[in-house]
Amino acid sequence: MKVMNCPLNGPRNISEFAWGGEVKPMPDPASLDDHAWGDWLFLENNEAGVVREWWCHVPTSFWFIAERNTVTDEILKTYPAGELFKDRVNFAAKAEKK
Amino acid sequence: MLPALFPYKLLPYGFRRKYRPQRFIPKQKDLKSSYDVVIIGGGGHALACAYYLARNHGITDVCILEKGYLAGGNTARNTAIIRSNYLTPEGVRFYEQSLKLYRDLSQDFDFNILYSERGHFTLAHTDAAVRTSRWRAEVNKQLGVDSELIFPDEIARLCPHLNMSDHVRYPILGALYHPPGSIARHDAVAWGYARGATAMGAEVHQQTPVTSIIIENGTVKGVETPRGRVYANKVMQAVAGSTSVVAKMAGFRLPIRTIPLQACVSVPLKPFLDQIIVSGSLHVYVSQSSRGELVMGGSTDPYGLYSTRSTLDFKEGLLGHMLELLPMLGEVKILRQWAGMADMTPDFSPVMGLTPVKNYYIDSGWGTWGFKATPVCGLTMAHTIVNDEPHELIKPFYLDRFVEYAQVGEKGAASVGH
Repeated sequence: MKVMNCPLNGPRNISEFAWGGEVKPMPDPASLDDHAWGDWLFLENNEAGVVREWWCHVPTSFWFIAERNTVTDEILKTYPAGELFKDRVNFAAKAEKK
Repeated sequence: MLPALFPYKLLPYGFRRKYRPQRFIPKQKDLKSSYDVVIIGGGGHALACAYYLARNHGITDVCILEKGYLAGGNTARNTAIIRSNYLTPEGVRFYEQSLKLYRDLSQDFDFNILYSERGHFTLAHTDAAVRTSRWRAEVNKQLGVDSELIFPDEIARLCPHLNMSDHVRYPILGALYHPPGSIARHDAVAWGYARGATAMGAEVHQQTPVTSIIIENGTVKGVETPRGRVYANKVMQAVAGSTSVVAKMAGFRLPIRTIPLQACVSVPLKPFLDQIIVSGSLHVYVSQSSRGELVMGGSTDPYGLYSTRSTLDFKEGLLGHMLELLPMLGEVKILRQWAGMADMTPDFSPVMGLTPVKNYYIDSGWGTWGFKATPVCGLTMAHTIVNDEPHELIKPFYLDRFVEYAQVGEKGAASVGH
């Protein structure tokens, strides 16, 4: 079985992981119309090549980032989401603004 | 010494010059610099579209550009099941039209596509699945589709091979029975359409990838290939699996993820399984081909990939459940395995019709439900191309339904968890 390296739990069978789809910059919920929201939610780049994606180690509910090649089925790199997202998103403040 | 039943009468034909074998599809010509319609992709859907463009609309200046070889993608990789017992009225109407076209296809082509009505069973192993089966049966009947929910006694009578025991992890509680469910020779469908379309004037160009799409002022003008530039009044893409890659050249994105769908066949066995058996909960579907091989499929892969590799995990999962349904297959060996790249949409319905680019049309979103739609896709896309307006049957499958929140949630699709 294919093995993925979980940043929290080390190398585990791929069957323990759930695929979360590509990492896309989240739009500002306060200034978003329905059309743009649907666009962000449903439309995919569906890249053939190296992609950066969300993955989850299901038994520990640990979400992280993986970089892999969708043509050769190689996992290039996995790391905690904190390396990509430095600041905490303050949803409450954003909702208030709206 | 020839055997007693040797067809002697056929021998003279083999030796007479008069009966030389004929080319099925004409030899590839030079690529012209312009066509009425260019179709990107040379699979079943594209060939069917070229066929109906010529037959129903008299448009014969059509060029099919195929990167690989004719019908070598998902047309060659599906499990050849044809049915119309879907859940949404939009889906049922669409696939029912396809099934009707399939029935006449051998006559239409004057070529046998080995269409074989088998009866299609979607097994239910939970109360929730029984409820969904009832729901599907009622939608189906309302739209004139032969479909009914049946229970274990009836299932055992119709398909005595199934393990109806209670002492399994997922006992069979009921089944959605769809008598018109069929299988056909998938390659023959593509060949029939290809022969028909080329006989009427369409051209098929294999090993001719499209490298870019020429767009001026939001209108498509043609495509670029390694064999030169090809201008066209209208362009359609029908390249399930690589849909997003081609659409990117045309400058738009789609609600599609490319995910492999694997399948395999067993060694040939004597004919014993007349029916098509499907279990959504167990992720199994199986039917016996006219060659005697058991054609088996399961669910799509757990993550997206542009690859047609096979995995052991898939077969372990599939065959574990399969042995629960048909335990006598324990000693039977697997003969071949393969995978296709499926266009998975969030609502399990296709994406068809107009695009943000004028005169550029799309036939995509063919996840695990593409083969059975081949004839109706050709028919409706030909109509759409000619009239620059989506055919009535495909209106619900327009691209913008995702940003307008008008999805067609097709829970009757196979090979996907719902």
